[in-house]
Amino acid sequence: MAATSKPTVGFVQTLNRRPLVKYLFWFGIAVALVLLGWIFNGLKGGFFEFPLENWVNIGVDWLIIKLAVVFDSIKLITQIVLNNLERFLLWLPWWVVLIAIILIAWRLASVRVAIFSGAAMYFIGTLGLWELCMSTLALIATAVLISIVLGIPIGILSARSDRVDNVVRPVLDAMQTMPAFVYLIPALMFFGIGKVPGVIATVIFAVPPAVRLTNLGIRQVPGDLVEAAHTFGSTGFQLLLKVQIPLALPSIMAGVNQTIMLSLSMVVLAAMIAAGGLGREVIMALGQVDIGRGFVAGTAIVLVAMILDRITQSLGKKRKMSTL
Amino acid sequence: MSDNKSPRGKISCRNVWKIFGPDPQSALSLIKDGMTKEKVLEETGHVIAVRDVSFDVNEGEVFVIMGLSGSGKSTIVRCLNRLIEPTKGQILVDDIDLATMDEDALREARRHKISMVFQHFALFPHRTVLDNVAYGLEVQGMHKAERRKKAMDVLDLVGLKGWETNYPHELSGGMQQRVGLARALAVDPEILLMDEAFSALDPLIRRQMQDEFLNLITEVHKTIVFITHDLSEALKMGERIAIMKDGEIVQVGTPEEIVVVPADEYVEEFVRDVPRSKVVPVRNIMKEPAVTLYSWQGPKVALMEMKQNNANYAFILDPGRRLRGVVTADEAKQAIKEGVARLSKMVKGNALQIGPDQPIEEVIPLAATTDNPVAVVDEDERLIGEVPRTELLIGMTGEGNNNGGDK
Ligand SMILES: Nc1ncnc2c1ncn2[C@@H]1O[C@H](COP(=O)(O)OP(=O)(O)OP(=O)(O)O)[C@@H](O)[C@H]1O
Ligand SMILES: [Mg+2]
Repeated sequence: MAATSKPTVGFVQTLNRRPLVKYLFWFGIAVALVLLGWIFNGLKGGFFEFPLENWVNIGVDWLIIKLAVVFDSIKLITQIVLNNLERFLLWLPWWVVLIAIILIAWRLASVRVAIFSGAAMYFIGTLGLWELCMSTLALIATAVLISIVLGIPIGILSARSDRVDNVVRPVLDAMQTMPAFVYLIPALMFFGIGKVPGVIATVIFAVPPAVRLTNLGIRQVPGDLVEAAHTFGSTGFQLLLKVQIPLALPSIMAGVNQTIMLSLSMVVLAAMIAAGGLGREVIMALGQVDIGRGFVAGTAIVLVAMILDRITQSLGKKRKMSTL
Repeated sequence: MSDNKSPRGKISCRNVWKIFGPDPQSALSLIKDGMTKEKVLEETGHVIAVRDVSFDVNEGEVFVIMGLSGSGKSTIVRCLNRLIEPTKGQILVDDIDLATMDEDALREARRHKISMVFQHFALFPHRTVLDNVAYGLEVQGMHKAERRKKAMDVLDLVGLKGWETNYPHELSGGMQQRVGLARALAVDPEILLMDEAFSALDPLIRRQMQDEFLNLITEVHKTIVFITHDLSEALKMGERIAIMKDGEIVQVGTPEEIVVVPADEYVEEFVRDVPRSKVVPVRNIMKEPAVTLYSWQGPKVALMEMKQNNANYAFILDPGRRLRGVVTADEAKQAIKEGVARLSKMVKGNALQIGPDQPIEEVIPLAATTDNPVAVVDEDERLIGEVPRTELLIGMTGEGNNNGGDK
């Protein structure tokens, strides 16, 4: 790069334009961090000791105290939704639920999916797992509901602003690269054990695809269609409602589908912190090395997964057909 | 630079710049300090897409902006409704500067004043043809029944009645662009921006659309900015043409001026293959009529005049100098034998009548269908000149020769 006289440009632009400066900058920050760690903890075993563990503990303690109101209200809302849903599902006679599932599968997907879903649900009943299945469904439904309510708006925001996207994207990356059960830890820390932390951990695990695919779907709306919407004097809201969301719908639905599937897999894991449901059966079977019990519970989980997948997948496909 | 009193057109671009990149203002000052755009691109990564462009578009005119790919046509036309924010300069529409308008005022202008047709149609795939056309009215907040009725009327205007419930992908390219046009016309804008609106169509369909469009705009009175990279389209559509090169306008003029007096080598290169006959009007090659007589004069006088002027026909006029017919030398001799007293009694044939502004090219095929002389008349049928057939042939070959019509 020729280093002749430059015009007055901002610091960020200098960073972007000169890779060397950029690397030096980050290197400097890294060195500063290590030095900080050293000042706090001294040298141990030849390594610069970085007291991340302490910091996190201190941070979490501080958060729990300072944000008690926030955590309590999250807990309360989740609890209300979850409990009512679960109680409602268990209050309904099993055949009402069965018929409802068949109808939903038939309306949203096809006759074949409806027949399959009905048969699979009935089979789960014959395995004696109906109640556990209902409470798993309630857990999933609650987690998915919260994921959608959070994920789609965040996806929309990050589609509309690169700045938001630049913050959200690395967070999502981190969320998706970590093994699922890692989310049990913060959930445990902030909410104790039980169903609510199970739902929270599930939301953390399952929300990224809803955000990502909403973001992607909106960003993939062809630029000239957005231009056309602007040309006719659409407000930002009109653009979103009349053009971007309808065109992003197949992608958003694919995201919802993934969110549901991830929820299911996480709900099983969440049984480790006493979230209950079918996952509890698996955990207990594992503990007792009861192969038969584990197999039965596993089969039920797979069947639920297949039903949910078939129904939501065809939802996305149907939308695709009518928009393209 | 507030020369607010000078008369302006409907749209007036004043020293408009558009620079793409993270810090356009600094790139602008570099340019003003004399750095070349290549150097600016190389050193700072800024693209100078539009460079100090000024032009005026008159009310009701079709103003064509033509240039090669990358010359900045799409950028400048998008500055006119601020789909792209100009870096610097004024965009005056009815003497109000669009460039400094706040968001609400801009939205109002877009809703009611300025509309646009896109190269690749940009129809909403999830909406029916009717709802596409009604889109502009919908965002204005018009009620469903009313906007659908309006949209139907416009669909009828562009010849798409019966297609309203179809989806865009069920239509051919030409039909899709009619929808695009209808969508733009539905809000009854004063200004229509067309960015290569017909470029994506097959040549045959394109020509048909051009003709229909020219027809249409005689019915709806609009000011039109028409972008194209195709010279023959520019010559056909434009009342005036601006030629763009590397973000700058190198010439603005009528089709004739562009072809006959190109401003520089770049324009000359462009128009090299255009037959001059395509744009040069017959006015430029017409002559004084050799022999004109009044209808009350007699055949003897006629024959004498013809002999004197070395002609074998004469134009016959009425007292208002309106063209009444043509008499040949043979017919005059015959009339003398038969003892006819006045020319008015013996006029049989007439001349081929053409207007002074018709391009030569249009006249040639007409002239080929008849042996009669070619007379140039004004709107009131008054004779103002004639075009000798030899001149027609010369006009046809002109300087730029060969047949290369398109491109
Ligand atoms: N968003 C952008 N960012 C950077 N450069 C751009 C951007 N848009 C256009 N340009 C550049 O600006 C110049 C003018 O582009 P523009 O699209 O206006 O050309 P055009 O005359 O419409 O060409 P075409 O006939 O290909 O449509 C080109 O060099 C192009 O690469
Ligand atoms: Mg273009």
